[in-house]
Amino acid sequence: MKKFINHVDDVLNESLNGFSLAHSDILKVNLNPNFIMRAEKSKAGKVSLISGGGSGHEPLHGGFVGFGMLDAACPGQVFTSPTPDQMIAASEAVDNGGGILFIVKNYSGDLMNFEMASEILGIENMTVLVNDDVAVEDSTYTTGRRGVAGTLIVEKVIGSAAEAGASLAQCKELGDHTNKMIASMGIAFTSCTVPAAGKPTFEIGHDEMEIGVGIHGEPGRRREKAKRADEIARDLVDTIIEDLKPDHNAEVLLHINGFGGTPLMELYLLFNSAANELEKNKVKIGRSLVGNYTTSLEMAGASITICKLDEKIVKHWDSPVHTAALRWGM
Amino acid sequence: MNSEMIIELIREVQTAYEANASEIEKLDQAIGDGDHVINMKRGMKTILEKEEELSSLKPGDALNKIAMTLLSSIGGAAGPLFASMFMGMAKVAGTDDIHDDKMVAKMFSSGVELVKQRGKAEVGDKTMMDVLIPVSNLFSELVEKRDLPKNELLQRLMDEAERGMLSTKDIAATKGRASYLGERAKGHIDPGAKSCQLIIFAICDYLMNQE
Repeated sequence: MKKFINHVDDVLNESLNGFSLAHSDILKVNLNPNFIMRAEKSKAGKVSLISGGGSGHEPLHGGFVGFGMLDAACPGQVFTSPTPDQMIAASEAVDNGGGILFIVKNYSGDLMNFEMASEILGIENMTVLVNDDVAVEDSTYTTGRRGVAGTLIVEKVIGSAAEAGASLAQCKELGDHTNKMIASMGIAFTSCTVPAAGKPTFEIGHDEMEIGVGIHGEPGRRREKAKRADEIARDLVDTIIEDLKPDHNAEVLLHINGFGGTPLMELYLLFNSAANELEKNKVKIGRSLVGNYTTSLEMAGASITICKLDEKIVKHWDSPVHTAALRWGM
Repeated sequence: MNSEMIIELIREVQTAYEANASEIEKLDQAIGDGDHVINMKRGMKTILEKEEELSSLKPGDALNKIAMTLLSSIGGAAGPLFASMFMGMAKVAGTDDIHDDKMVAKMFSSGVELVKQRGKAEVGDKTMMDVLIPVSNLFSELVEKRDLPKNELLQRLMDEAERGMLSTKDIAATKGRASYLGERAKGHIDPGAKSCQLIIFAICDYLMNQE
């Protein structure tokens, strides 16, 4: 294992320290319990948005703390959900009297820890569950679709609404609505190595790819020989379109998300392939985002996320944001 | 059973974990995400660091304190689930030392019930419940039988734990991380079930060698 590490037990805390030093104008980090919060408290009465999840997905979620998005983020151990004491401490630190909205990716661990935090917390709170991964069949008999790269869109949209004065219930409703407009699917070319484990989570041949991976280096639904980018884009876009069923000439946000080990050059190539595929399906690209936003450590691969746009979502997507990982309009 | 013994049992479980870590890790990497062993070890280490404080508490308070410690140190799904186990046991345990095996069975059953409520899983979902529910049911049944020697009771609980653990091999997962694999999870024993079997074995082994 070759990584920038001093001691394996200090990886998370040292990384959080560096993060707070690099972005001290936007955020600050609290250790024990760990959470990241805005440097400046948002205005009184504003709904406070808190997300969290395992570490190793940076910039998700800490990179989205700041004006126009999250009030706080709770990083767990690598690929391990945060614990309720983190969410409770973060809630108490950022509460403005507008209530707390938790944004949670649908994984059993995250769900249970946020659930317990929500039950224990003495502040009015609601939860938006993100489950955009179409690789997982949605059925009443499974844990259901995972929350993956679409989460940042939900965080951006609700973040903007909260900034504009939406109530807790309105934020929750907008979050649920936005989640329904988003679908994602990813493929991996390599696995990744959790520092504490010291070896890759799964083995994969040099000519193989894992289709329908999540964001924790867990295996996907099936394994195939690696294909041309156009063919990969077609498989992913077709599965997503089948799920979202956009209207003829509908406008969408196309987000190509790298898992951490794939160069931007390839991500833009994949954007090109996905754009061609959308054109064939008579779907228009209204907004776009390309980059490593929801990563799995050093995993090579990418996911495609499509979000159907309506007036509300476009308005809140375009509004000003100032975080470590997303910044425009200010 | 007093608080000191509860700590002693956790130490036994920690030793068993050290010895079997690679086996569970392999299962977790096959159908999970490979963090279970790391998380459980961190949880047990945190509890044992509080040994002195915990030993001085009444059993019910110690179990509650252990629950809250696990909740804030394990993370993942295992954190809330194992914390629920201890919260459930704490509900039944009082302030006195526990001498009656019926009481222990009641505590265990109360713990398993809370885990079930939190995880919303039943027997057959390919989770830890495939071990915990049948063992708890058998335990409650066996303590009603007079004259059953202690070691025979413990052996039957171990057999049931092993049976439950092995039963997870040939089913597809419907809950937890492994459920994302669909049919591909078949043929692999569930790491959570294996983990629980290991814990039950470590505890029963220890108790068999006690007076």
